[in-house]
Amino acid sequence: MTETIETDVVIIGAGPVGLFAVFELGLLDIKAHLIDILPKVGGQCAELYPEKPIYDIPGFPIVTGMGLVDNLMKQIEPFGATFHLSQMVTEVTPLGTPVAPRFRVVTDAGTTFECKSVVVAAGGGSFQPKKPPIAGIEEFEEKSVFYAVRKMEALRDRSILIVGGGDSALDWTLNLQPIARRVTLMHRRDEFRAAPHSVERMRKLVEKGEMDLRIGQVSGLRGADGRMEAALCKGNDGSVFEIACDAMLPFFGLTMKLGPVAEWGLNLHENLIPVDTEKFETSTPGIFAIGDINTYPGKLKLILSGFHEAALAAQKVHRYVYPEKKLLFQYTTSSTNLQKKLGVA
Amino acid sequence: MTKITFVDFQGTSRTVEAEIGATVMETAVRNGVPGIEAECGGACACATCHVYVEEQWRSAVGEPAAMEEDMLDFASDVRPNSRLSCQIKVKPELDGLVVHTPERQG
Repeated sequence: MTETIETDVVIIGAGPVGLFAVFELGLLDIKAHLIDILPKVGGQCAELYPEKPIYDIPGFPIVTGMGLVDNLMKQIEPFGATFHLSQMVTEVTPLGTPVAPRFRVVTDAGTTFECKSVVVAAGGGSFQPKKPPIAGIEEFEEKSVFYAVRKMEALRDRSILIVGGGDSALDWTLNLQPIARRVTLMHRRDEFRAAPHSVERMRKLVEKGEMDLRIGQVSGLRGADGRMEAALCKGNDGSVFEIACDAMLPFFGLTMKLGPVAEWGLNLHENLIPVDTEKFETSTPGIFAIGDINTYPGKLKLILSGFHEAALAAQKVHRYVYPEKKLLFQYTTSSTNLQKKLGVA
Repeated sequence: MTKITFVDFQGTSRTVEAEIGATVMETAVRNGVPGIEAECGGACACATCHVYVEEQWRSAVGEPAAMEEDMLDFASDVRPNSRLSCQIKVKPELDGLVVHTPERQG
């Protein structure tokens, strides 16, 4: 039994909007824990366009995705939010009443929270491994086909086919080669994006005959009852061949899927969460949705809209977290109270 | 006006007008052409705007740059005529261009 983490608010999604929510909540003395499926903060900014310039953040004529995330992390530092990365929220269960909401939030890593409000800042949903479009692949998933390695031991003494040319593919090739019966790496071309020293190590192993490298793409799977016997492959010259294996690990990067948001009992409209434009609250009192994941008349999927939504949602969250306290509107420029919280007074 | 034709995997073709200087991906998105997701919005960071350039247009369109070639590793069923449509800029010479969209974008 893991212990339950008690906090004011759980923010689902550590993209720019989730991060800024920490700031707006923090100014109101509200403590937050953030959960994100990625191993790093920043959401799409960090995963999709870390080096790409953004031109429409107020006050920044130009800032890169990573630059914005770095600045947000600095901005929210005084509020000591706790991050739970590489975890996906699987369950959001209401425990309280509409007037005094309370929720239990559980992740796929088993982390359990109890909180007074939930802020969904999940952007385009969760980043999940891209599945190659191979007919019937679902039948083999979790038995023979794995998109991530959770336990290396489960792959001991198996004949493993690893597909891809990036760091994940190469790292797992090198990590699994010593314990597997045989490792075959397959990539669509004889050039690799992965770190050069990994590629070099891989090529050495191939030279010594301790693993195989094949150039081509997987087009089909052969086997029964989820047990793979071989991958049917196509070479770039049009040749067709088979690779005998009982496990396959495809590494084709990440894609955004709505994921379990659909299972939290919220009203959804075309995979977005409808909210009001006063508090950005969902159909469930105490659950808020801000940033790209929400929808309302006139919605624009801009980072700056998400920032505004975070500020307004925080006002209502305050009512749930401190029902007895009256909320005074204050400016960071002039309020010594706010400046103390920011550590500058 | 420059015209671009998108043919989906079932053979349905849609011809739309393209603005010079826009990308082929943007042309598809602006005209509501299905089959192009462009999850990253044109940053050459997601491989969900994958297209196959029709053979006779390959030399006019050109070959992918190294960064695009790397990103194509994330696309599925990559062929010699595969390109990411966010990296193809519309120019007058491409009037009449035909590209095919894959059955799935990742």
